Amino acid sequence: MKDSVTTDSQLDLDKVIVCPQCDAVFQLVRPQHGERAKCQRCHKVLIAPRRNAGLHIIAVALSVLFLIIGAAIFPFLTIDAAGNKNAVSILDAALAFSGGPMIILSLATAALIILFPLFRVLLTLYVLVPVVLDRPPARHAIRAFRLSEAMRPWSMAEIFAIGCAVALVKVADLAHVGFGPAFWMFGILVVLVIAQDSFMCKWSVWNSLEHPKRS
Amino acid sequence: MVCMELSGTPKKIVSARDLGIVACSRCSKAWPLGTQTCARCGHALVSRDPMSLQRVWAYWVMGLICYVPANLFPMLQTRTLFQVDESTIIGGAVELAHHGNLGIAAIIIFASVVIPLGKFWAVAFLALSVKNRSMVSKNMRQFLYEVVEYIGRWSMIDIFVVAILSSLVQLKALAAINPGTAAMFFALSVIFTMLSAQAFDSRLIWDVQAKDKSAGDGGAEINE
Ligand SMILES: [Zn+2]
Ligand SMILES: [Zn+2]
Repeated sequence: MKDSVTTDSQLDLDKVIVCPQCDAVFQLVRPQHGERAKCQRCHKVLIAPRRNAGLHIIAVALSVLFLIIGAAIFPFLTIDAAGNKNAVSILDAALAFSGGPMIILSLATAALIILFPLFRVLLTLYVLVPVVLDRPPARHAIRAFRLSEAMRPWSMAEIFAIGCAVALVKVADLAHVGFGPAFWMFGILVVLVIAQDSFMCKWSVWNSLEHPKRS
Repeated sequence: MVCMELSGTPKKIVSARDLGIVACSRCSKAWPLGTQTCARCGHALVSRDPMSLQRVWAYWVMGLICYVPANLFPMLQTRTLFQVDESTIIGGAVELAHHGNLGIAAIIIFASVVIPLGKFWAVAFLALSVKNRSMVSKNMRQFLYEVVEYIGRWSMIDIFVVAILSSLVQLKALAAINPGTAAMFFALSVIFTMLSAQAFDSRLIWDVQAKDKSAGDGGAEINE
């Protein structure tokens, strides 16, 4: 096949981008801010840089950090039926599975709704703050970013939020349920987490970790 | 939108493996085929993971095994003044529907029955379609894979509902809700199916399945 690139044995690997999803190779074209470069074969978004994305992500990450801590400490839901009252925090909910092997489930739930989101935020800050300030990357920044990406499917704050809605309907005819401050914090948190994931362009982060000056 | 293209011919798309390139599956940096580890992120480089499908099936079977007791055992134990109720996943949803909460019953059925079963089917279909020629287009299968990856986590919703209910509804003698054995199995089943989907190497979908000679490395000739 007379493809100009294949005959060129000395392919410059820095000028090439490979789609991680379908393994297609393209010549690297860096899109402008706000544009998105997509894979032509499987249409996965390869690069999606945004103006000041780093600053946005850091701002969102900081608010997420405070919200997670607040949401974990303050009462979350209160229940009231015939004089019996009970108030729970998100930690109480996470640790609801007690006794025997169910304790593992408790730990897993706590990790999925609090620890993983919290850890991801901390890692994101650790990786991006030096990059945005045009400093050399932090020590082990690459390992930190890798870890944060690996945790992405396992941080399930938004799913927990929908779970709340379902649980509320289930108890509604049994007792009166009230919302604590943590409930609203958690609501905002979910919106921010989703926003943060859409700001983040993985390719740009890896690129700036590799070439700190050029970002 | 900027389209990326190789040598100005958008019709002909070449796979990295055929060009003698291997891309890091973690940070997507390109390296010459044969490089052992990615110098950027330290991940081991494999053009196509031969163990991928075996891992997919191993997790798939584990997930299915856990899904059976998850439906047989009670998910919730509700104790009120006069009686103790134990309900399975489907039983609980049916009860909700009887009380008129059709929307919530639908969410539960969707998250706990339709999504898990659909996921078992979809992952099995994808894993099989890579081995045998498939009638379904590659774009369709890629889309299916993305849906499976995205939606699989949402099955966890029922576990969270159980967690919230059993911590919230602890009203001494009046009423108490406690988690049942099924919760454990259900959570395990969701985790295993998520691992199964993650183990699947979606690049396999796009490989030409005809026995082409350039299956090895080097890959100077690309047969269309
Ligand atoms: Zn692609
Ligand atoms: Zn890498």
